[in-house]
Amino acid sequence: MLYFFEQFLNGIQLGMLLFLLAAGLTLIFGIMDLVNLAHGSLYMLGAYFAASFAEWTDSFLLGAILALAATALVGMVLEVVAMRRLYGRNHLDHVLGTFGLLLFFNELVRLIWGPAGMTLSLPPEMLNAIEVVPGLFYPLYRLVIIAVTLAVAVLIYFLIMRTRLGMLIRAGASNREMVGALGVNIKLLYTLVFGLGAALAGFAGLMQAPILTVQIGMGENILIAAFVVVTIGGIGSIRGAFVASLLVGLADTVGRAFVPDLLRAFLSESASSSLGRALSSMTIYLVMALVLIVRPEGLFPAASK
Amino acid sequence: MRKVCIAAGTVLALAAGPAMGQQKTVKIGFISTFTGPPAAIGNDMKNSFELGLDHHGRKLGGLPVEVIYADDQTKPEVGVQKTQELIESNHVDFVVGYIWSNVLLASVKPLVDSKTMTVVTNAGASQFAGELCSPYAFSTSWQNDQTPAAVGLYMNQKGVKSAFLIGPNYAAGKDMLAGVQQTFKGQIVGQELTRWPDQLDFSAELSKARAAKPDAIFAFYPGGAGVQFVTQYVQAGLKGQIPLYTAFTVDDLSLPRLKDLAVGIPGAQEWVNDLPNLTNQKFVADYRAKYNASPSFYGAQTYDAVGLIDSAVTAVKGDLSNKEGMRKEMEKANFKSVRGNFKFGNNHIPIQNFYLQDAVKNSDSSYSLHTVATIVKDDQDRFHDRCSMK
Repeated sequence: MLYFFEQFLNGIQLGMLLFLLAAGLTLIFGIMDLVNLAHGSLYMLGAYFAASFAEWTDSFLLGAILALAATALVGMVLEVVAMRRLYGRNHLDHVLGTFGLLLFFNELVRLIWGPAGMTLSLPPEMLNAIEVVPGLFYPLYRLVIIAVTLAVAVLIYFLIMRTRLGMLIRAGASNREMVGALGVNIKLLYTLVFGLGAALAGFAGLMQAPILTVQIGMGENILIAAFVVVTIGGIGSIRGAFVASLLVGLADTVGRAFVPDLLRAFLSESASSSLGRALSSMTIYLVMALVLIVRPEGLFPAASK
Repeated sequence: MRKVCIAAGTVLALAAGPAMGQQKTVKIGFISTFTGPPAAIGNDMKNSFELGLDHHGRKLGGLPVEVIYADDQTKPEVGVQKTQELIESNHVDFVVGYIWSNVLLASVKPLVDSKTMTVVTNAGASQFAGELCSPYAFSTSWQNDQTPAAVGLYMNQKGVKSAFLIGPNYAAGKDMLAGVQQTFKGQIVGQELTRWPDQLDFSAELSKARAAKPDAIFAFYPGGAGVQFVTQYVQAGLKGQIPLYTAFTVDDLSLPRLKDLAVGIPGAQEWVNDLPNLTNQKFVADYRAKYNASPSFYGAQTYDAVGLIDSAVTAVKGDLSNKEGMRKEMEKANFKSVRGNFKFGNNHIPIQNFYLQDAVKNSDSSYSLHTVATIVKDDQDRFHDRCSMK
């Protein structure tokens, strides 16, 4: 039972991380109608910035804050320099353009930081597991990830639903021309949204950096999972992204933790281990397929689309 | 006048003779990984190879050397394509390298079919040591099972009664987990093969390991994945609870990133940077001076390939078409290896010692690997019987 709960926490933690990445992706996808494959590069930059700044300031927290600001800045510059040329074009152009950016950022990082990768060390007091309930030890830092991400989720929800800026963002999503006609600077608004998305991606990268370390191309595999989350949750929906993240995080962990053992009960050792491994690596796609059969628009389709 | 002309002509012809001979080069195709995170390994191998060439005056067996570096991108399908390109378009005399067992296995057929002289400097797939062995293919590394088998012996010495095994799900991962089970006498309470190379989060697997309550965990995670695995193992608070034994997980490339996290985690290796022979001391010192970093075992094995090729080309006096002659010479392992002298088995895999290594923090707060003891002497891989060469 405790083991089950521990795996449940693992699933939640993975889900939280996916949410940070998917929230930015779905914001940009839903509001600006832009497919951004370079989102993973911003995740990578967040991690590299955090590792460098933490080394420079000798403080994890300071490094993280500086990295967040730096990634948001890079995101906004990127929007002005490159992304603006892509609006209004079809999605294939988006994919080609942003894929080019992804390659560009990988090369840039190699030039600046070298190919070996970096390490973002945790403060020593974080390097421990604490007893969540009697008999269950869980890595403290992973608990911190869960808590901080929940706080960020609440913050984004508040920002989008309760502030003037959020109202403009929602309005811009449903009718761009009308908002522009009312005298709102829609260009600036898009730059801000892209910066926010970049900051979220960078935040995901720097939170994950102490666990997965910092290396070139680190954002590419996880971006695939983030796209799965966006699709399941409904494009453009933050709430959908949240629910879908938890779903995908849990599905992936359950797939890795229990499916091979479950199969062992029915099949021979070798058959169950190879089938189990194959199944556990495709659980999240199975979940996506199932959701799309029942709800082709995703769980929480954005009202405007 | 005519005499002078003839004399001049003769002199010119004599002068041209050796010059023509010098245009003959040893062409070496070098396959490794130069993109993505494993580029750190590829660069270490390349650096060591270049250093080896420097130490030989950029000549092997008296012939100048031309090296073509090719990137396998960690992918078997790219590796085999690059191998074919080196053999068919570039007509190389030697193919050297291969980090990954699955890339090597994909590339074995074109190498063997074309009878290209091959020196594998890392990958140790069991099939390559057994049924796929070839008269023209040599290894300066090991067979995959040997290193984990040495770790298994050490775990017996430490009185480990039960173990949880974990590694990545590809050719080498399977060999490694099989290898440790060859020698480890305790009970295996669980084993996991994780998705490779894209799975980098091991939370579910570490939870499993903790729940299985073993005396020890054995892990094989090469390259960057080793940094991630050890980091997460420490973060899970397991370091004080369940000791970790490793093969190819803590090395000179990962140690500068792991730092304190790796201290006290034992591993086995056929080469450690402090092995006390002159060849090794020169290699390590010159590598540090030239590249401002410590060489890893990947580099050491690749450095040895230079000596091996040099011995072969010297033995046939530069006649690179004499493959039989080169093969016979290479079988003698007649060169100075950084691991000390060794012999080749019938399958051209070294018969060699394996050492226990430990990561320590030095007084100047740098970190380094040290030889602690010899775990096994003159070890031969268990697949040599399956090789048809005798």
